Amino acid sequence: MSKENALVQMSHISKRFPAVIALNDVQFELKRGEIHALLGENGAGKSTLIKVLTGVEIRDEGTVLMEGKEIFPHSPLEAQEVGISTVYQEVNLCPNLSVAENIYIGREPRKAGHIDWKTINKNAAELLARFDMNIDVTKTLDSYSVAVQQMVAIARAVDISAKVLILDEPTSSLTAIEVQKLFDIMRRLRGEGMGIIFVTHFLDQVYEVSDTITVLRNGEYVGTYAAADLPRVELVGKMIGKDYAELDKSAKENRASKEAGELWMSVRGASTTGIADVDLDIHKGEVLGFSGLLGSGRSETARLLFGIDHMEKGDVTIAGKKVELKGTLTAIRSGIAFCPENRKTEGIIGDLSIRENIMLALQTKRGLFRKLSRSEAEKLADEYIKKLEIKTPSQDQLIKNLSGGNQQKVILARWLATNPDLLMLDEPTRGIDIGTKAEIQKIVVQLADEGMAVVFISSEIDEMLRCCGRMVVLRDKKRAAELTGNEISEATIMQYIAGGVENAKQAEEVN
Amino acid sequence: MQSKLKKLTKYQFFWPLMVLLLIILINGIISGGSFFQINIVDGHLYGRLIDILRNGSKLMILATGMTMVLATGGTDISVGSVMAISGAIACCIIDGRLLPSAGGSVAVAVTLALLAGLACGIWNGFLVAKVKIQPIVATMILMVAGRGIAQLVTQGKIVTINSAGYYYINGGYILGLPFPLYIVAFVVLITLLFVKKSAFGLFVESIGCNSTASKFTGIKVDNIKWAIYAFCGLMAALAGLIESAGIKAADCNNCGLMIELDGILAVAIGGTSLAGGRFSIPASLIGALVVQSITTTVLALGIAPEITSVFKAIVVVIICLIQSKEFKEMLTKRFAGKKGKAVAQA
Amino acid sequence: MSTLSVEKKNNKKLSITNISLLITIALLVLTFVVGSLRYDKFGSLSTIFNVFNDNAYLMVVAVGVNFVLLTGGIDISVASTVAFTSVLTAFLLRAGWNPVLAIALVLIISMAVGAGMGVLIQCFKVQPFIATLAGQFLLRGMCTVITIDSIPITDDFFMFMALKKLTIGKAKLYYYVLVALAIIAIAYYVLKFTKFGRNVYAIGGNEQSALLMGLPVARTKILVYVISSFCASLGGLLFSFYTLAGYPLQNMGMEMDAISSCVIGGTLLTGGVGNVIGSAFGVLIQGLIQTIVTYENLNTWWTKVTIAALLCIFIVIQRLLAIRAEKMKAK
Repeated sequence: MSKENALVQMSHISKRFPAVIALNDVQFELKRGEIHALLGENGAGKSTLIKVLTGVEIRDEGTVLMEGKEIFPHSPLEAQEVGISTVYQEVNLCPNLSVAENIYIGREPRKAGHIDWKTINKNAAELLARFDMNIDVTKTLDSYSVAVQQMVAIARAVDISAKVLILDEPTSSLTAIEVQKLFDIMRRLRGEGMGIIFVTHFLDQVYEVSDTITVLRNGEYVGTYAAADLPRVELVGKMIGKDYAELDKSAKENRASKEAGELWMSVRGASTTGIADVDLDIHKGEVLGFSGLLGSGRSETARLLFGIDHMEKGDVTIAGKKVELKGTLTAIRSGIAFCPENRKTEGIIGDLSIRENIMLALQTKRGLFRKLSRSEAEKLADEYIKKLEIKTPSQDQLIKNLSGGNQQKVILARWLATNPDLLMLDEPTRGIDIGTKAEIQKIVVQLADEGMAVVFISSEIDEMLRCCGRMVVLRDKKRAAELTGNEISEATIMQYIAGGVENAKQAEEVN
Repeated sequence: MQSKLKKLTKYQFFWPLMVLLLIILINGIISGGSFFQINIVDGHLYGRLIDILRNGSKLMILATGMTMVLATGGTDISVGSVMAISGAIACCIIDGRLLPSAGGSVAVAVTLALLAGLACGIWNGFLVAKVKIQPIVATMILMVAGRGIAQLVTQGKIVTINSAGYYYINGGYILGLPFPLYIVAFVVLITLLFVKKSAFGLFVESIGCNSTASKFTGIKVDNIKWAIYAFCGLMAALAGLIESAGIKAADCNNCGLMIELDGILAVAIGGTSLAGGRFSIPASLIGALVVQSITTTVLALGIAPEITSVFKAIVVVIICLIQSKEFKEMLTKRFAGKKGKAVAQA
Repeated sequence: MSTLSVEKKNNKKLSITNISLLITIALLVLTFVVGSLRYDKFGSLSTIFNVFNDNAYLMVVAVGVNFVLLTGGIDISVASTVAFTSVLTAFLLRAGWNPVLAIALVLIISMAVGAGMGVLIQCFKVQPFIATLAGQFLLRGMCTVITIDSIPITDDFFMFMALKKLTIGKAKLYYYVLVALAIIAIAYYVLKFTKFGRNVYAIGGNEQSALLMGLPVARTKILVYVISSFCASLGGLLFSFYTLAGYPLQNMGMEMDAISSCVIGGTLLTGGVGNVIGSAFGVLIQGLIQTIVTYENLNTWWTKVTIAALLCIFIVIQRLLAIRAEKMKAK
């Protein structure tokens, strides 16, 4: 592969945000006629890298060459002008406009000063026909399925600039057939010499279409590999930060294997849009891990149990009694607590004080009229600030002024105050400094030792191994395996995450 | 002493109160002191300040209801129409056109008028909380329909009534103070007791700050919003009673006309963000008095009373700019730029 | 592959504009037919012309407001703008100004206020409702600064516009109605055939997308408020032709008539859907209901109640369609 073949070359890219280093000396190279998968778990920096390339974010350091010339896009529009277009997971078109107009808006062909609708409709139909789509282009975009909308977005992107196409998780809302259709188009565009950057978290799809894979982790560059030469299990290892060779050596030492307590909750056949037919048993005094990649159903299961998402099918039994989880309040009163994944939008109530944030869940559990008195609330806040070592000048401090780790501790305090039987934590340590991370892990284990049932979700395998006594692995919205005791090892978990026993065998052979 | 003062400035009602005092002071100076004069005639207190309190009572009651609506990030633009409905129902019952069997009982009239207001509020709340229509649009329906409904109740006439009992609602005196003030005190006290002694206030603020996260902590967001709109309707009905008792008639065309905007303005002056979040009912009451005293000031200055709306416009713009993040950023940039230059020159 | 080209659900789905507009037109025709059957003189051209004569100014105002609503904003300052325009024009004319100059000045002031509101909304992220509320207060106040009485207009040009009419049989159509029709035609053209017009729709559909597609969002959003104020001001001039006077307190609450006309005509208050023809029909149906109410010798307030009921039905229909769209997306 000669240098002339390179379309985009990004080197030594760094990007810092207040509090986090999103990218640290990252490199990336895209060639003509290549489908290049960009992979990494949450927070790995792939979306920041894309944003730097498309001008949504401005890089702090590094160079970006486009066909050998340095570029410095400051907006998506500027990136478009040099030939880089992006199609996002959320279709970024206007649902109320016609399909044809969505393709041409901002660059409408005109005749005698006014917009030439005839030409627009004709050109759009021709363009879409190239993608094997024979649809009525005069209908509004929202009268078509998301798959069609996605294709229209790609058609627009390709028509505007046919050099680099970035597809940012384009398949998450598509059916299998639609995905195949998309892949056909990607292959065709590759044949025409376009470079495609493909961001996804479905590994099957990566192997199906990609030529090359670049992995990022924690804002750092891990490596670039030819897809054909990289076994799936090794890829997962690179994404979550363990070399496969080391895995077997890595001990199960940290995990205390313990007798499970009595059965507290059991779930049979739970189904909703995010998960299908999941069975679960949760015991007192254990830390149960939900493992899997993003979108596998790990968070969706927790949301379902907490009554946020509506359960379409299935039964839930708590302490021997059948319950219907109608809403969050029912879940709380049944003894369930949940720290959601998105701390900022779903967790903290930014403009309220630490004290109010801590007392809130207990207050809803008690009900509207049995208000915690000021002194009770103060006592509660003091107790947890001390117990969880929350660093703050006072309990009157607004929670939005705290660091991420301390915010997370406040949320944890909020739920511990309700004295739950089951505590579910979704990515409780994301974006938190190492010290606080360890503290939270310690608290989790300690709580289980005291008899609480804990569900722990994290994309960091290390942390899962340290905390969990049992683990359910989810893949493609379904339960893939359950591991207990000595079965839990990074190797096995990764095999199940990567997809099935065949791959596991393949991995063994490599070893 | 200094720390005490600092603590004082932290209260939400501090700055609105300063503005109010400033306006009153200006009035005092312009009027050469007669503004502060309070006379006692027949054991009743009279004077400009008393006027502000009495005339501002409607707005204070409205602001009490409106505060929590705005605190959840909503609006209710139907309050003026609801006032008209409540006034119409009360006057027609007393007049005997409606429910002749009640025999013109003031108690029945007041009760039914308040219930009508509550029903209006429940309707608004249903549209906003359950059907999830944007608050402005949802309450616009009743805003348009309300006056029509009131007119249908009165059959398009201005119903003048003759009932000393009803007049008392606006014109009565207890211990030298106008009766509406007691209504305000009663309503505000009950509301504050409920809001502070139950967890309602906390829940409302939580919803206003972050409604998704509130739902995740188990707050029944929909029900609380519904209750707030219902309460706002009830308050509007009460204000409507005071207004109609004041003019001794039900005037559906003019009762509470445009008052919804004054209500929103009062709450905004009180420092409750229009985007929702922290709220303070006492601060809104002061806001209401500020709006009322602007009107009084204009009267005192001897200019056309309608010009008050120009002042209100200016106040609205200033408040919006103060609350605007972009405006603050622009200012800090300006200042920082100047400072930066100064440093560079040094 | 076939899943992509064959879209069955498509055929069933009528767009939101079409449903509302069709219902409105059907209602309009129905009302007219029922009226004609019930009353002797109702079923004539002159009834239709009179609805136009009485509501021309409201049509122009509604057209302007529609631009704002299409971007997802709201403008509640228009009624004050109408009052301000007619009062200031009447005042200037009484002071002996040339009518052309007076009209130009009034239009320019109104547009400046519109631009100010647009800047507050776009640059300082003030909620449209509040920013235009300030505009409403300001202009209403300015009216009363000018005068608190009704000022009659006796200017020749205004008299000409007020009195000249086309006559077809017994039916009379005043010239100023033609101005309103011209504005509707121009607005229709602008929204349908210019880049600016399409940007308006795009912003209303999804502002974030519009930004990512490189459309001039800020400029467009400010401009719609200027247009809204311009149309309101022009509506004010038509209103002056209609009444030949300027009175500071006129048209209180008329902004809601304009907005509800748009909604009834199929404009979605969340933005992106609707057109000016619909708004014009929305005004017409209000006018026709008013006429019926007059013929029935009913309290005129029945008009308001009927309109509100219509409004309610349309808003709920819109909401239901939106819910269905969300559900479709989820699947």
